[in-house]
This record gives sequence, structure tokens and C-alpha cells, in this order.
Amino acid sequence: MKCGYSTSVPFERFIGHCSEPVKNVVEKGAVRKFAEAIGDPNPLYVDEEAAGTSRYGGLIAPPTFPRTFEYGEVEGLGPPGQGYIHGEHRICYERPLFVGEEVSCYVEVTDYYEKEGREGPMGFLISERVGESPEGERIFTMVDTAVLTPAMRENFGL
Amino acid sequence: MSVPKPAWNVGDELESRTLPPVTRLQLIKYAGASGDYNPIHTVDEAAEEAGLGGVIAHGMLTAATMGLPFSPYLEHGYIRELEVRFSGMVYVGDEVTIGGHVSEREDSEEGCVYTFEVYASNGESTVASGTVSFLVFEGPCS
Repeated sequence: MKCGYSTSVPFERFIGHCSEPVKNVVEKGAVRKFAEAIGDPNPLYVDEEAAGTSRYGGLIAPPTFPRTFEYGEVEGLGPPGQGYIHGEHRICYERPLFVGEEVSCYVEVTDYYEKEGREGPMGFLISERVGESPEGERIFTMVDTAVLTPAMRENFGL
Repeated sequence: MSVPKPAWNVGDELESRTLPPVTRLQLIKYAGASGDYNPIHTVDEAAEEAGLGGVIAHGMLTAATMGLPFSPYLEHGYIRELEVRFSGMVYVGDEVTIGGHVSEREDSEEGCVYTFEVYASNGESTVASGTVSFLVFEGPCS
């Protein structure tokens, strides 16, 4: 065991655990509201007519929109990383995400580790969120690092 | 088509942009649109309890902002990958500057994939940095 790593971290037992998939629909109104909130009302996100004549043949969603989906809860943990400090975010698309389509979403806890920080041990919870078409074709993969401060760890009884 | 198909070279800089000061209303709107109602982004007391000097912007709002420079080219391609590391807080009143440069470009089956190193800064320090891979459909990298 390396220095600074704890041997008894309850979070570790969630590694490899997934939520049950949740059905989401990319709603036109939700995309418009989101595009406006991020200050990017691109016609391809909000104007059906303009999007219809584009190469996409219809409206698409902004790159960070999948953050708004429901991914379900990992039993015993809830939605991984929610309410923690957001350390890193990565999203990778296989293709654009279309307005109106149905996306099946789930989340998996892929790692948890601790490092010694200035004010005590810091926890890092890595989760992977996946969006698939109803046919099972992957649309996007999202990886988030949630950071737990020493105070947050204490709240969890770590 | 309103904007010509882009062709960047490695080393090309994105024109940096400074956005209007972050407002509380903007954070309330983003909370509603994203479903992220963590009160440290909207309620002063909650932010103080969390040891912050005031409400802070959602990290994912800053991440979305880092995609703005690519929006004009959306008719020619899209962001295939966005990777962001959060390194600082954005407070109400902060003016966030975003920018970046092309670090790599590569032909793929679908077109040319440009990789950009991107950043967001609040004037004093970098609040987020990362990479954007932007796919321009059709044709090899020119």
C-alpha cells in the first residue's frame, strides 16, 4: 500500500456497480432552454426550420446537454458524484445527439481512490455515464471525477 | 451556409472572447435548465456554509462556455470530445475569458478532427482547462 492511501474505504465497494438504465427523451423545449442558459442559441439547437435544411436534417443538442439526463442510482450510493465538487468532466460522442430521440442512460462507478491533501485525505470518485439508442447503439460516454474534501468524507463517516 | 468550412493549422489561435460578467440570474437559469439545484450556485447562505466567498457558477456552465467558440462552425461539424479540468471558482460578477489553440489535426473516416487546447480564465487565474476535438465533416485535413 502506498503512503496516503487508505485501506478501508467504503466507497471502494461500489466500483464496478451500475444503475438500472433509465429512458430519457431529448426534448425540444429542454434543449432550447438549455441552449439559452449557456448563452448559445445556435439555430441548429433551437430553429427547427434552419436545422431541417442542414446536414443533420433536424435539431441537435449542445455538447454538454447529456448532463441533464437521468442516469439512475447505484444501489446504496445514489447518483454518483452528485453534490460533490466537480473535478473533471469528459464527454465523447460517437455521433451527434438528435432532438426527439430516445436515449437509454446508465451510470457505473469505475474507480475510487484517495490522496493526501493539504487539509487531510481527499477522495476521488470516478463515474462513467453512457447514453445508448433503443437499439443499443452507443451515442456518448461521459466520465466525471467528483472530489470529496476531508469535511465531506467525514460527513460520509469515512 | 453562413460561415465557410473551417480549415485550421496546428498552432492557430482561437480568437479569445471575454464574456459579460456572470449574473445570479444566469446561474438560476442554468440551474433550472440543467436540473442542478445544488444551492451553492444560487443561495448565499448555502455558499457561505460551504466555505465559499459567495455563490459560484456551475462547473458545467463553464464547460459549456468553453464550447462557444465552435458554435459558428456547427453546420460543418461538431464537438466529438470535450474534456475539462476544473481548477478554480467562478463568482458572480466575474468576467470569464475563453480561448485556445490547435494542438493537433488528424484525418479520420468521417473528416478532419482538430484537437484544441482550451481554457477559461476569470482574469486572475485559469478556472478550467482542457481539450476539444472538433470534427469537420468530409474531406481530408487541407
